[in-house]
Amino acid sequence: MNRLTRSPLLWPLLALAALLLFNLVVNPGFFAVRIQDGHLFGSLVDVLKNAAPTLLIAIGMTLVIASRGIDLSVGAVVAIAGAIACNSLVSAPDPTSAGAAVVAISTALGVALLLGAWNGLLVSVFGIQPIIATLVLMTAGRGIAMLITDGQIITVDNDTYGWLGGGHLLGIPAQVVVAGLILLTVALLTRRTALGMLLEAVGINPEAARLAGVRSRSIVWTVYVFAALAAAVAGLMISAQVTAADANRAGLFIELDAILAVVIGGTSLAGGRYSLTGTVVGALILQTLTTTVYTVGIPPDMTTLFKALVVIVVFLLQAPRLRAVMARRRRPAPPPLPSGGLPDEAAAVLTGGPALGDDEHTPAHAPAPTASGTTGSGRGALR
Amino acid sequence: MTVSDTRPTAPDPAAPPPAGPGDRRRAWQRWLRSTTTGSRTFSVLVTGVLLVVLFGTGSARYENFGSPQVALNLLVDNAHLVVLAVGMTFVILTGGIDLSSGAVVALSTVIAASLLEAGWPAPVAIAVVLATGALLGWLMGAAVHHLQLQPFIVTLAGMFLARGLCFVISVPSIPIRDPFFQSMAQDVVELPGNTFLTYSVFIALAVLAAAVWVLHRTRFGRTVYAIGGNESSAALMGLAVGRTKVGVYVISGTCSALAGLLFTFYMLSGYSLHAIGMELDAIAAVVIGGTLLTGGAGYVVGSLLGVLVLGTIQALISFDGGLSSWWTRITVGVLLLVFVVVQRLTTRRARPGT
Amino acid sequence: MRTTPAGPADPAAPGAPSRPVVEMSGITIEFPGVKALQDVDLRLFPGEVHALMGENGAGKSTLIKALTGVYSYDSGTVTVGGTERGFSSPAEAQAAGISTVYQEVNLCPNLSVTENIVLGREPRRRGSIDRRASRTRARAVLSRLHLDVDPDSTLGTHPIAVQQLVAIARAVDTDCRVLVLDEPTSSLDAGEVAELFRVVRALRDSGVAILFVSHFLDQVYEISDRMTVLRNGQLVGEHRTADLPRLRLVQEMIGRELATLEDLERAAAHPVPSDAVPRLSGRGIGRTGALAPVDLDVHAGRVVGLAGLLGSGRTELTRLLFGADRATSGELRVDGRPVRLRSPRQAIAHRIAFSSEDRKAEGVVGDLTVRDNLLLALQARRGWLRPIPRRTGDELVAKYMAALDVRPADPDALLRNLSGGNQQKVLLARWLLTEPRLLLLDEPTRGIDIGAKAQIQQLVAQLAADGMSVVFVSAELEEVVRICDQVVVLRDRHKVAELDGATSSVDDVVDLIARGGRS
Repeated sequence: MNRLTRSPLLWPLLALAALLLFNLVVNPGFFAVRIQDGHLFGSLVDVLKNAAPTLLIAIGMTLVIASRGIDLSVGAVVAIAGAIACNSLVSAPDPTSAGAAVVAISTALGVALLLGAWNGLLVSVFGIQPIIATLVLMTAGRGIAMLITDGQIITVDNDTYGWLGGGHLLGIPAQVVVAGLILLTVALLTRRTALGMLLEAVGINPEAARLAGVRSRSIVWTVYVFAALAAAVAGLMISAQVTAADANRAGLFIELDAILAVVIGGTSLAGGRYSLTGTVVGALILQTLTTTVYTVGIPPDMTTLFKALVVIVVFLLQAPRLRAVMARRRRPAPPPLPSGGLPDEAAAVLTGGPALGDDEHTPAHAPAPTASGTTGSGRGALR
Repeated sequence: MTVSDTRPTAPDPAAPPPAGPGDRRRAWQRWLRSTTTGSRTFSVLVTGVLLVVLFGTGSARYENFGSPQVALNLLVDNAHLVVLAVGMTFVILTGGIDLSSGAVVALSTVIAASLLEAGWPAPVAIAVVLATGALLGWLMGAAVHHLQLQPFIVTLAGMFLARGLCFVISVPSIPIRDPFFQSMAQDVVELPGNTFLTYSVFIALAVLAAAVWVLHRTRFGRTVYAIGGNESSAALMGLAVGRTKVGVYVISGTCSALAGLLFTFYMLSGYSLHAIGMELDAIAAVVIGGTLLTGGAGYVVGSLLGVLVLGTIQALISFDGGLSSWWTRITVGVLLLVFVVVQRLTTRRARPGT
Repeated sequence: MRTTPAGPADPAAPGAPSRPVVEMSGITIEFPGVKALQDVDLRLFPGEVHALMGENGAGKSTLIKALTGVYSYDSGTVTVGGTERGFSSPAEAQAAGISTVYQEVNLCPNLSVTENIVLGREPRRRGSIDRRASRTRARAVLSRLHLDVDPDSTLGTHPIAVQQLVAIARAVDTDCRVLVLDEPTSSLDAGEVAELFRVVRALRDSGVAILFVSHFLDQVYEISDRMTVLRNGQLVGEHRTADLPRLRLVQEMIGRELATLEDLERAAAHPVPSDAVPRLSGRGIGRTGALAPVDLDVHAGRVVGLAGLLGSGRTELTRLLFGADRATSGELRVDGRPVRLRSPRQAIAHRIAFSSEDRKAEGVVGDLTVRDNLLLALQARRGWLRPIPRRTGDELVAKYMAALDVRPADPDALLRNLSGGNQQKVLLARWLLTEPRLLLLDEPTRGIDIGAKAQIQQLVAQLAADGMSVVFVSAELEEVVRICDQVVVLRDRHKVAELDGATSSVDDVVDLIARGGRS
């Protein structure tokens, strides 16, 4: 029980459960899943289906955030991927053939790879802050997508391509299948290879990772490439669902939703430990919320308000945990010492006393940091 | 012998002579000396030169582009963005970011329009709008400072909240017929040479001037820069770090609300889908204006130039019938890239010891 | 535990006032599990430079923080100017005339020199900051210290030394009666130190009491009038500098009386065949500003100790040997073949391993499990695509956790929840897993309990006996002399001697550290 209540997933899971329960009350048929023409239908299936693009991007974002980064450009990549695929389709000799769809999808993914490599280059080689580095592509990207579509909404008619947005496999919507497969791949790739561990090491303590010989640069690069690829797949789904490329609106603000999903899922923006499960829960919360707003009959535009409220509630609920983490990390020096700070013999004293037990925990109990008054920082407020 | 006795009491002979006629020349020399490659003044200079080059190109290539009114229209069409960028500059100087500002602009237009529609007098509506902006800013600043949450995520929540509130108030666009707002939208100040400016431009320039004064002539302003330079040092120096950090978000929120009012004058409507992505324009203008996104260095005047550069690019593209509007975004992205890379290189070099 | 009676009560410097401006007495600060300071006294007299001496962990910084209001103390009194008072914040201490300049310059590099000096107390006129008055005030304080710095220049464009002096200028811009200098010279070169001392003397002569902390004995003897020595959080003694021979000072800091130095049991020496190629050989290895060129040979199966006080260059040397910092001079050979180490990865490829002295910042990945931390270096060498198979990993982890007696014996515990000693063992095991041929250990026994310490010492001896080469850095000379076959003595960033571990004593090393000459 103790373990459960301390799990970072507790509050997100409870929030999701509450949302689902609310839906059940409003709409008793909410949980019903029926099979029609061999396909699954029902509100829950819709939630999963509609959550898929955001979830995909959030998975990529989780890895980027774990490396102490952030990728603002994924929304633009969504637009570019859709634009490239549709453009490739309409200019193919036979726009309805499966071959044309394969070429279109491959081209889109190839370009996304380059875009991801570009972000990774700026971050890991040039050492530009991730938020700024990806802001460049975020700003220019949608313009590039418009350039590709020449400002038009390109409609396509290709069954193979359309399958990504409206097809089924074994009765399960294609989006759910694709997103599930990618989620599974990532989970296996990060947990069955050493990628996850090395990624977390880089995110938690980059200097220690460097001294241990971890190739931080290539790992960071890899996660940006993956984030762009995931965004491209999401972009293909979104475009396939409407069988068109809308460079202007496709994936608008999806990067923000993805970041929210990651944060709601309990992965800290500060990097390090990440939880793919949490991200899945986060993405589901956001989508269930949107669905709920529809179900209840509130104008769909107001979803953002509820999103904000849920985010605020989740943050406040998680706040004690944040506080505990901060209190543990902070030294008994004046509180906000992001870097530099006092030349710290205090640490030496704390760790250096004879027969001193647990030095990591000591600062939390050290004599009152009387300086908190001057800095007026949250430390005082947090205690 | 007591210690205090040893402090120099008389004016130090080595101190500079009192101000004289040579003072202005010395100030100029000082400025020149500080304007070395890579310094912030230099970045602003580069942005200024870029602006002149862009405008010159336009004048050379297109008929009528070089007319004074086209230049003044840069201000007329972007007065709201100037105010928004000024508020953003405060936040970015401390090393934070405010993603909510575009949404607060939209919220301001909606609040103003709906209050006026309900028959409230214009001054009251304006006061309510400004107060809402300040309140939202205060809430976000408090969350950033007291809960130690990241500015990015706090203002992201603020953005969703503000956008959501817009929809709560009104989903469709509300037209504005209030005489005061109408006059603000239509009345112009005639200038010599058959040119004009709107009142909004003067408001924006007044905000800019106030911001320059606050940033450079008040302790609050110096603390803003100090926090951006090194927050823990600022705390150790006994500066009011907490109050200042909350303060910059209040300023940004208020500026966003004021920008929303100017935008309302410009559009004469309140609409929840106004100003989507405007926060990105503001951030781009601030960065192009030479302010470091890591904080601590930059000038609001640079942000003004940044806004004008964005405006000129837009004007260039609209004058050229052959170029489509999306070239604006691409050009701005490329400019951002250039500035960010140059910033990176110069800050790397400026760090002593490396 | 005082080895000498507290210093003479008679301040006695001719011309010095008899009343201290600051008197701290009986200061005790307790952190859970350890008394950081125990019943410590400190007196500062106006017009005197007072050195606070002690090795790492002696409690110097804690005492300074108690004085300047960063920490509160559990018992004791602080008297300033004759009235008893304590400070609850640095600002309060500053208001009472006690200013501090830290080792890392705590100023804003993005602001001008003037702004940094007057920040937070700018002169104002009609609500605006009066820039002219600010500049005048900055000029006045700079010229009072005879500093030729352009007050309008940006602080960050100046070298650290100048920034340090500006920090002092800021400190004395207010009515400063006591100036605390916490290791101000650690990153300055000789010329810069001379400039700093000129300023310090000028301030001293104007009646300011200066508390000076430094690891450099030469500097302490050059500048200080009086010193207080701490060890393990306790007061060892207060002395007039002129009355305290260097040897005596080092003994007090390190904690051994000449007369009581025992013969230590030594590990059997590992002889080197005269024609053997050293496993690692450095010629003129150095880095500008950090370490003067050093020659060093490490043979197979030998433990080479680096002895010296903090800041002597011992850490800098190990970092250069691992490629953690790049050497700016010299040539390295591994097994006789020249190599260039530009990154830790390259060093690791040559089977070199390095355990940093700064365990928390450079070793521990706190939010990962013990298991992951153990496997990190090995996994990093294999690359992420070739994960260590679960079974192999488990076996390795179990083996090394048992061999090093890591407690709790739970591989899934987060490393940050372990004690310092056990964290250190995990970090050592992390490297042993990679089967290094040369192990660089920087202060592997610092801040860990006695039991763990003994285990690590035994381990080092065992590893060497098995043929590994070890470079062992420790502030505890006794430990260095006991474990090492060969002791390289460093002082003020220079190598001053190389001793045979089997035939030298702690006295020899202390002597070298104190005097700097060859014995």
